[in-house]
Amino acid sequence: MSVTWEEVSEGMELPELKKNCSTQQLVLWAAGSGDFYQIHYDLEFAKSTGLDGLIVHGALKHAFLGQLLHDWIGNEGRIKRFGCSYRGMDVPNQDIMCRGKVVKKYEENGERLVDVQVWTENPEGKQTTPGTATVRLA
Amino acid sequence: MSDGDSESLITDEMRAHVGQEGSPTTYEVDKTSVRMFARAVGQTDPVFYDEEAAQAAGYRSLPAPPGYLGTPIFDPTQARGGPPTGGGPQPTRPLNRILNGGTEIEHLDDICAGDVLTARSHVANYEERKGSIGDMLIVTSKTNYTNQNDTLVAVMTGTLIRY
Repeated sequence: MSVTWEEVSEGMELPELKKNCSTQQLVLWAAGSGDFYQIHYDLEFAKSTGLDGLIVHGALKHAFLGQLLHDWIGNEGRIKRFGCSYRGMDVPNQDIMCRGKVVKKYEENGERLVDVQVWTENPEGKQTTPGTATVRLA
Repeated sequence: MSDGDSESLITDEMRAHVGQEGSPTTYEVDKTSVRMFARAVGQTDPVFYDEEAAQAAGYRSLPAPPGYLGTPIFDPTQARGGPPTGGGPQPTRPLNRILNGGTEIEHLDDICAGDVLTARSHVANYEERKGSIGDMLIVTSKTNYTNQNDTLVAVMTGTLIRY
């Protein structure tokens, strides 16, 4: 069930979402997003560019955090703005924890808005994809 | 930034390119592409797959999952295998590698299957930096998406790191 306006409080955490990409998922994403850059599925190619191995698409992590927000606000809510930076690389077959926290709850122009901080975390606890979003609740 | 021994990566032509809108590109949003994108992410909400569920939730058709702004119409004469460079004039030294630096999307209205979006992009900023991976050119671009009713539905700001 999605969150209600009444339930939201500043500092509360969003229910976490755990992801772990197989290389197959990266190929699915290449097709779904149209990003066919080979560093995401061709190991030899990735190494030839100086990477240690395959890496997870940044935009896929953006979409993971988008799912975290969607699952939290449901279909009555809307994402008004959402952005993140790709600060650290994530690799296939390793957990990517998607997390978020409410920063501000307010009403503006008749809309019930919530600012949240979101991020992905790797198994070492490093935030690889920090971001911020503003969502509207019913 | 351009002081020191090495020549700046940014040319006058690039500086003049900032703010210049490229030719509009058409992006289609259809049920198959929405399902494919949602499946690739691992979305579990039925609204992204089942049109009846989507309409019951108040959408015109399957809504675009977060991060999806349609699929460009494929043009075989433009096909290439490499990474996207952001187009436009090229820097003083070739930079063949690329990383995605960040994505921000502002949503102004719903995007659903059946919509046809027109995207207009421009480079908002070029910046150069020295990093652990060498000389980096950071390209910030902005794309405005309007739908078939000429309504501005989304604005995407993307950051590409070329090195």
